[in-house]
Amino acid sequence: MNLAYFLSILVFSPLLGILVLSFLPKTQESLIKTVGFLATIPALVLSLIAYFQYRAGASLDQLNEKVSWIQFGDSSQLGNLFSIDYELGLDGFSLIMIVLTAVLSTLAAIASIHIKKEWKGYFMLFLLLEVGMLGVFAAENLILFFIFFEITLIPTFFLIGKWGYFEKENAAYSFLIYNGLGSAVLLIVIMVLFARTGTANIDALMAAMNSDNPQLVAPISENMKMGLLIALLIAFGVKLPIFPLHSWMVRVHVQAPPSIVMLHAGVLLKIGAFGLIRFGMGIFPEQFQSLAVWLAVLGVVNLLYGAFLAFVQTDFKMVLAYSSISHMGIVLIGLGALNEAGIQGAIFQVVSHGLIAALLFFLVGVFYERVQTSNIQNLGGLAKGMPITAGFLLAGAMASLGLPGMSGFVSEFMAFLGLFKEMPILAAVGTIGIIMTAVYLLRAVLGITYGKAHRDFAGITDLKKFEYVPVLVLVGLIVLIGVYPSVLSEPLTSTLETIMLGIGG
Amino acid sequence: MDLETLLSYEWGIMAPEFIILGVATALTLMDLFMPKTQSRKILGWVGFAGILAALVSLLGLIGHGPESILLDTFRLDSFAKAFKLLLLIGSALVLLIAISYEPNEGLEEFRGEFFYLFLAALLGAMIMSSSGDLITLFVGLELLSISSYILAGMRKRNQLSNESAMKYVINGSIATAITLFGMSYVYGLTGTTNLKEMAGFLTSVYNEQHIYLLGLAFFMIVVGLSFKLAAAPFHMWAPDVYQGAPTPVTAFLSVVSKTAGFIIIIRILFSIFANAPSGDVQGLPMILALQDYIAFLAGATMIIGNVIALRQRNIKRLFAYSSIAQAGYLLVVIASMSLFMFDTLWFYLGAYLFMNLGAFAIIQHVTHKSGSEDISQFAGLYRRAPFLAIAMAVFLLSLAGIPGTAGFIGKLNIFMGALVPSEGHYVLVSIMIATTVISYFYYFGVMVQMFFRPAADTGKVKIPVALTAVIGISIAATILFGVAPNIAFDFLQGNFNQFTDFFQ
Repeated sequence: MNLAYFLSILVFSPLLGILVLSFLPKTQESLIKTVGFLATIPALVLSLIAYFQYRAGASLDQLNEKVSWIQFGDSSQLGNLFSIDYELGLDGFSLIMIVLTAVLSTLAAIASIHIKKEWKGYFMLFLLLEVGMLGVFAAENLILFFIFFEITLIPTFFLIGKWGYFEKENAAYSFLIYNGLGSAVLLIVIMVLFARTGTANIDALMAAMNSDNPQLVAPISENMKMGLLIALLIAFGVKLPIFPLHSWMVRVHVQAPPSIVMLHAGVLLKIGAFGLIRFGMGIFPEQFQSLAVWLAVLGVVNLLYGAFLAFVQTDFKMVLAYSSISHMGIVLIGLGALNEAGIQGAIFQVVSHGLIAALLFFLVGVFYERVQTSNIQNLGGLAKGMPITAGFLLAGAMASLGLPGMSGFVSEFMAFLGLFKEMPILAAVGTIGIIMTAVYLLRAVLGITYGKAHRDFAGITDLKKFEYVPVLVLVGLIVLIGVYPSVLSEPLTSTLETIMLGIGG
Repeated sequence: MDLETLLSYEWGIMAPEFIILGVATALTLMDLFMPKTQSRKILGWVGFAGILAALVSLLGLIGHGPESILLDTFRLDSFAKAFKLLLLIGSALVLLIAISYEPNEGLEEFRGEFFYLFLAALLGAMIMSSSGDLITLFVGLELLSISSYILAGMRKRNQLSNESAMKYVINGSIATAITLFGMSYVYGLTGTTNLKEMAGFLTSVYNEQHIYLLGLAFFMIVVGLSFKLAAAPFHMWAPDVYQGAPTPVTAFLSVVSKTAGFIIIIRILFSIFANAPSGDVQGLPMILALQDYIAFLAGATMIIGNVIALRQRNIKRLFAYSSIAQAGYLLVVIASMSLFMFDTLWFYLGAYLFMNLGAFAIIQHVTHKSGSEDISQFAGLYRRAPFLAIAMAVFLLSLAGIPGTAGFIGKLNIFMGALVPSEGHYVLVSIMIATTVISYFYYFGVMVQMFFRPAADTGKVKIPVALTAVIGISIAATILFGVAPNIAFDFLQGNFNQFTDFFQ
């Protein structure tokens, strides 16, 4: 693992695909799709190499890269202050997120076979989105993080607005504006920190903000720290999404093409959780502790609100969208508990929900492709026409509602374990959400697969060969995490230790 | 002044100005003696070559130490050099756009004037950036303004163009009168028009009463000059003038003329008011006490520009409001008065130059055929001319401040400058970020047209060479300074030494 620029190559490898695509003629559909798919492979291979090397005991520090990039002002007077480096690095948590991103990108590229028009533009944007997502997790300083964060915004806007369903442009605009506001707030936080401390490096910031005698360019009061953390919560709350800031996300889930929703629900939403854990807890541990109760309350609200609304939806995509909101509540619950079990549960939930949501949306894409509807009332009896799809759909739902042996169970269990230790009453209220989850998911899935068929499913083919790949991979990973959680927990050990040290737990 | 002193001056430092003046004069003569039927395009190319020559001579002067001639009325300091660089590059690109400008009607007879008036206006702007005296500043300002008035009305048979020129002249004269009135107060107080002597007088002679007179002068000068910036409260002219003027002129007004506006405002504010005591106990200079007023103007300008832009359907009006908004961002730089002020202003104006001129080159090309300037003209551009659409997308993203483009680094710089002082300008930064998000609506509106809407006209688009060059240079610079901004920052640090000689 002594490769120089290993991480840069990993993050920017999809650009190669963009380059190749730009020379291909527009009309070569299958060629474009193949190139688009192949371009996601290098990142996948490299991230898996990094993962297995790390499991084998190699240190992630040797992957760090640092090149000086921008120097504001006169360096002879300011020294290292106000300089921004191009620096990439990994810890256990970000490594897992990178692997998740790379896996889901490859699978989403397979799901993109269902895209009907302008494949060239689609795959170029798709690969650009992948660069942004990989970069977000590898960035070692806040400004670089923000740049990659914004890079995900633009391709997603176009991917939703051009390749989505009927109300795609509205969905694209509401995505843009909500996320634009979120990143605007994030930018304020980043710039205040940068202007006050003269550095944007995350580790340096953690050190500067938590030392008793910090070397700052200008003072940061305790109130300001609190204000910054709340701003951070809003910024990532839009992304996650947290309860009153969620409406855009439902629209995106319903209107965007399924392959993009796989990435959106699987990775993009998780950037919110990643940011809260890495920056919220890392840079403002003391303030985070005083907000923990509110986070837990918000988490329970999210969980219940999402679950109740999912219960009354008639469109399966809407059910899944609200289910995502509900499941993100569990992340917040874990973070609010602020003990080891809780935080670990939150991170597990991030990964687990990423896989489950990707699986369910892939399956939605599969049957939408064949029956042109995702409305539960117009479906029913799908198990007759597509028994295998229906079976996997049920498996996905089981994972989502937290059946033991699957990844959803582990994460929910740990998050609630954490919360019961700290706030038992709130946790008890929260468990209603878990029951609700079972109710709405079974209602929706059974409504689709069993019962009286509203139409004739003769002539409808079940899963095709290439469609087995994403389904099997995702189900495999979900079960793997469910039965052998240390694939996740072991790489996380050191990250968790650092976090617990910061919050003094 | 006798001949000997006159000859002893180092005239070499005025070389760029002389070249522009010479070329402009030569062009008038060429125009006079050329047969009526011959195309005047060649004049444009000669003018372009002239600007390049001036650029080369300016680059030759970059290592030159600070120097002033003609009794301190003309100074060549880092500030002058750095901003003249922007003016010359901007004008060169504008001229390329102008060469490719072929409107359906209204410009045949005055083609020649069209080119050398740009040079005259540029000369005015250059004089301003090197001025050490209120008189020369004002002469430069008027030279720029009057040339621009004529340029705006160049399409004599076109109603909108005439309306544009008329509005521009009337508003411009009022603004100039207000500026001049403000200047007269400072002159009355100090008894001199020389900026350096004024500064010396204000530092040494302190009188309670001066504060009020100076305050009045400050308001008048700033209000009057906001006209050139197209900033509140004198922004109302911009939409009508931008819409009616020929597109190259609009491009000139939005970039070169605006840069010149910032040059004069910096020259005056930071020469005069930075040296006047504010009269409070700590002995802070007056300019710091006036910070809030500039901040107010900046905030108002950003809000007005970005909000009203939302409702525009005409692409040139849209860009008029966009340029008002951009002026607001630039005023934030002046309002925050951090140690990065000159760097930030220079970088953002440079980034703005490329992204805006690139966009105008495309606007001119897309709108000229059909004659309509509605944004629906951009519909389906991606199908007809993918590279044009992608280029436009890059310029729009840069104007919106999305990472990967020069506009983002510029904005980052502005935020940093505004937050570094211990009394950070949080409100101003919040307004700027919020209005930036608002601006996504209209910038992305154009992109929605280009990428999502079907094309009304499916014909292939052929781009003239000069426009291709403008678009190519602009897109290269926008991305280069977005990805590797240190090229520009190193150049600044290496050659202009923090602009310290501005205050000497």
